[in-house]
Amino acid sequence: CEGIKNLMQKLMGQLMNCDIDVDSLEDEDYVPVSQNRIRCSMSSLISWYDSVTKKTDSETPSKKRNSSSRHWQSPPVVVIFKDMESFTTKVLQDFIVISSQHIHELPLVLVFGIATSPMIIHRLLPHSVSSLLCIELFQSLSCKEHLSTIIDKLLLTSRFPFKLGGKVLQVLINIFLYHDFSVQNFIKGFQLCIVEHFYSQPLSVLCCQPVDVKKRVYSLSHDQCENIRRLPSFRRYVEKQESEKQIELLTNDSFLKEETEKLLEDLHAYHENYVSILRCLHVFTSSLPKYPLGKQIRELHCACLENRVWETEDYESSLQLARMLNKTDLVTMLQQCVEILMSSSGKEFDKTVEKLKEFLTQFQNLEEASQERDVSVSSQKEVQKKTDLYHLQKTLLELKESRRSKKLTKFEMLRFEVVDYIDSLVRKYLVPADDRTLHEILYFNAATVLRGHLNAAPRTALHTALNNPHWYLKNQALKCDGGGISNKAPDICIVYKLHLECGRLINLVDWLEAFSTVVMAAEEPNADAASSDQVDDIIHARFIRAVSELELLGFIKPSKQKTDHVARLTWGGC
Amino acid sequence: MSRPEGTRSSRRSLQVKFVPDEDVLKHIADDAGTKVRKDKAQLSVSVKRFVKKLENISDNEAQEILEEKNYVAALGICAQDPVGNGSNISGGEVYSFQTPKRSSKMAELASELAQTPEQNVAPDHSKCPEKMAKTPQSSKMFLLMHVFSLLFQSKKKEFVSTTPYRLRKRLAAPDPYLESESEYSASCSEEEDEEDQKEVSTVLSGQKTPAKTKAASTPPPRNSLAKKIKEQKMGNLVEEYFEAHSSSKVLTSDRTLQKLRKRRLNQQTLHDLLKNTPLAYAEEIRDLNQQHESLFSKWMLQLHLGFNIVLYGLGSKRDLLEKFRTSLLQDSVHLVVNGYFPSITVRSILNSITEEVLDHIGTFRSPLDQLEFIIKRFKEDSSLELYVLIHNLDSQMLRGERSQQILAQLSSLPSIYLIASVDHINAPLMWDQAKLSLYNWLWYETTTFNPYVEETSYENSLLVQQSGSLALSSLMHVLHSLTLNARGIFRLLAQHQLEKKDNPSYPGLSFQDFYQQCREAFLVNSDLTLRAQLTEFRDHKLIRTKRGADGVEYLLIPVDDSTLTDFLEKEDEDV
Repeated sequence: CEGIKNLMQKLMGQLMNCDIDVDSLEDEDYVPVSQNRIRCSMSSLISWYDSVTKKTDSETPSKKRNSSSRHWQSPPVVVIFKDMESFTTKVLQDFIVISSQHIHELPLVLVFGIATSPMIIHRLLPHSVSSLLCIELFQSLSCKEHLSTIIDKLLLTSRFPFKLGGKVLQVLINIFLYHDFSVQNFIKGFQLCIVEHFYSQPLSVLCCQPVDVKKRVYSLSHDQCENIRRLPSFRRYVEKQESEKQIELLTNDSFLKEETEKLLEDLHAYHENYVSILRCLHVFTSSLPKYPLGKQIRELHCACLENRVWETEDYESSLQLARMLNKTDLVTMLQQCVEILMSSSGKEFDKTVEKLKEFLTQFQNLEEASQERDVSVSSQKEVQKKTDLYHLQKTLLELKESRRSKKLTKFEMLRFEVVDYIDSLVRKYLVPADDRTLHEILYFNAATVLRGHLNAAPRTALHTALNNPHWYLKNQALKCDGGGISNKAPDICIVYKLHLECGRLINLVDWLEAFSTVVMAAEEPNADAASSDQVDDIIHARFIRAVSELELLGFIKPSKQKTDHVARLTWGGC
Repeated sequence: MSRPEGTRSSRRSLQVKFVPDEDVLKHIADDAGTKVRKDKAQLSVSVKRFVKKLENISDNEAQEILEEKNYVAALGICAQDPVGNGSNISGGEVYSFQTPKRSSKMAELASELAQTPEQNVAPDHSKCPEKMAKTPQSSKMFLLMHVFSLLFQSKKKEFVSTTPYRLRKRLAAPDPYLESESEYSASCSEEEDEEDQKEVSTVLSGQKTPAKTKAASTPPPRNSLAKKIKEQKMGNLVEEYFEAHSSSKVLTSDRTLQKLRKRRLNQQTLHDLLKNTPLAYAEEIRDLNQQHESLFSKWMLQLHLGFNIVLYGLGSKRDLLEKFRTSLLQDSVHLVVNGYFPSITVRSILNSITEEVLDHIGTFRSPLDQLEFIIKRFKEDSSLELYVLIHNLDSQMLRGERSQQILAQLSSLPSIYLIASVDHINAPLMWDQAKLSLYNWLWYETTTFNPYVEETSYENSLLVQQSGSLALSSLMHVLHSLTLNARGIFRLLAQHQLEKKDNPSYPGLSFQDFYQQCREAFLVNSDLTLRAQLTEFRDHKLIRTKRGADGVEYLLIPVDDSTLTDFLEKEDEDV
């Protein structure tokens, strides 16, 4: 909005129109007035407001359509300013001042959307204006939290058969963290993944709810079976089987289908377990000092997806740290784990839960035992009180000895046991998805495609095309070794290469000369002198075309500093 | 460095002549081994020694630059995501700060490039043109220029207080034989600059002035310092960039296209010429395009799923989009926007949507209203579908913030499918987050290597060919429709402007003077008639008026001198 008048017009138009939309059903005699005819002023707005409120007041309150505001005697009008920073300050100020004068007749609530910091209000509005506002701050959740929720709800559930591969997730998160902090873009990326997966993977028909798997597997055609056989993960699986089964798998379609169904069921089961155990592990790692495996569950998830997490150093160190946890923490963690496992739908966890519960009771018992021990220790100390220096030294030495030799306290033993148990769980369930057979069906892994579409680098593409045309045009003549460029390259590449050697300004004549030198050399040397004039013209024309193409691409622009010069626009021309 | 030593005797009478461009050219073209021009030969041994020293410096310099380059490369790599694919090169390579440029570098590279395919060329061809270009390397003059421009660019800080000119003047005073040369120092030819520098170098080496030691000894400490403050390198680079760009001094040669005795090509002949030349690598380009064409159905799917598609990469994407249109959009409503067309506006795009797609007759007060109307219509009627193809979304006319905003809003409609192409290297800069999320782009790299035939044909800033032909014809056209008196008035102004063409600060002809002259030529009889005439000129954009500092109105013809000369010649023919 450029001016206050414009703003008022817009405001009135929107308020009245939307009100007309709402009310027109209720009373037919409400005459919509054209926006142009009313003089836009605050007073007309107020009169409109009065008429509307009166009407609605007189109506029976049983109409629940607008109930939220009807509870008040006079509902306030809410005006929302999206993206406050982009408004002209003058307009805002005027609007606030004007509306503050009419606040008694027209209760207004202004909502400002601010992208930066709340300080901006004071910077945009002078004190005299901002004092008219009764400011209350609401902070929306930070985008990272939204992201966590999304990852939680979309990825870390077994509800959806479609999964993101480790690299893909990494790309999406990187774009989010390093480029835009936009949850919307993350979702867009996710959508794109789904599209790509179902478009490019012919076997994605099998990527469905477990209930439907059976039906779909049996409706597979022969070609699709062949496709399954071609999957690398399936081939690995086949190689591990006995020879008879191998033959069976590779030749018999129906057997293959049975096997596929089984494998897919396995995969789904793996998922359910995976998520639960991942959460358990997260409970442990998220409270460790320095967070060797990451603070957020998404980092842990990425780590687990990418490779065997128990082989990484970070995991090693976090286990070390876990072995040093104190008891209360450990107990609460175990309790949390039990809760998570109880709530999960996996069937295999009954035993695990039992085991964990057993640990918990053991801890309980320990507590009692240690209390007793405390008493004994204190009595021991009393005995030592009356000894002389020599004895003291001796007993201290003894104590030291005993501590060294003494295996571990019961608590420590138990702690080790717990950590080892967790470790075994991790090794059992958090196998990276790439190792699972048929993971290609459910996992989308084409990170490069995704990256190319979402986070493209047009400049890099141009650079490659200009510097190394062989990348695109597979011609032997263009092949060249590192950095150089053959003189048979397309005109624009040669011209570009030459222009790189120039400073801020480029003399067109020099450029043309250099260009023709290169081109003449590339052409057959037996070109006669007779036709040289014509050749010259052609070269000239080619040069012109290449230069104007460079201009279109934004590498150069005409310059008025000197005649027949162009200015370079890219860096490096110092 | 292959000068015969016999010229040593001529050292005492050292003098540097003005060398016209043609001579230099000829010299470059000459075979270096056989002919040694006299004026070049006078450069003495001491100069050579100095040159050698400078070369050392430049070596240091080069090393430093190398370090910088590495650093920047590292930066570029850091900035990139860890997940790289094969096609990506490190950012450092793309955006690296190049080594300081030497004026002759282009020629050198050209000769280098020309030399590369020599394996299959018989030795007797070694005398053909490609050999010529090699000579600059052996030409002392270029070498000197080299070294000096190197020194010049990198040592700007040292030279800020004592530019070579002043230095030269200061040093020239005690030297009698240098006195005479200072006469031509006023002219600003580039070659002379080089001469000047050579002069300085000779003087420096001859007299062992402190300035020389300064120039020669400063680099090493700076170099070592540079190693220490590597962290601040980035800041330095930024400073250097601005420093380099703040000075108006640019080292380029002074040759102009006019000196080339080559006729200027106009659009038509250019077009014809290019049409006759076969396109190189047509086969490969076709393969490349076929790859892209296989994506069509995918594009279609993605467009329907709410994404919009943007194509980037070298080469014209016009044919590709055209093919897309003809193969898939034949039966659906679609709109093709030629963004490269110089008079395209958002309004015309919106108009064609409202008028031709929505069959709405009537005008709108502002594009925003129109947009609102379109959005409303599309939301009401879900059966409406529209494909919009925009060639060159980043063209001059469409790259503005407002137009992009409108287009983005348009493209965010679920039933409008936008597929566009961008070419400019900085095209992505025109979108902020808000617009990007409206556009919902999917990027596709479609490097086609097709020549930008259509796209560049409208670019009238084409530097080389038409410059002026259009202006001249329009000038003639307008003037022919005027009265004889009016033409006389314009002629008068044009002649006056041509007389003053050597004066760069010529503000234009003041109104009063002009009136006086017109009266004397019996062209007007009153102040008012002249004013009326001038208004007419101004309406046709034939003249421009400017108010000077003293409030006087100055009149100027905004056409370059050569066109003006041509115009007067043509006029003379007509009369």
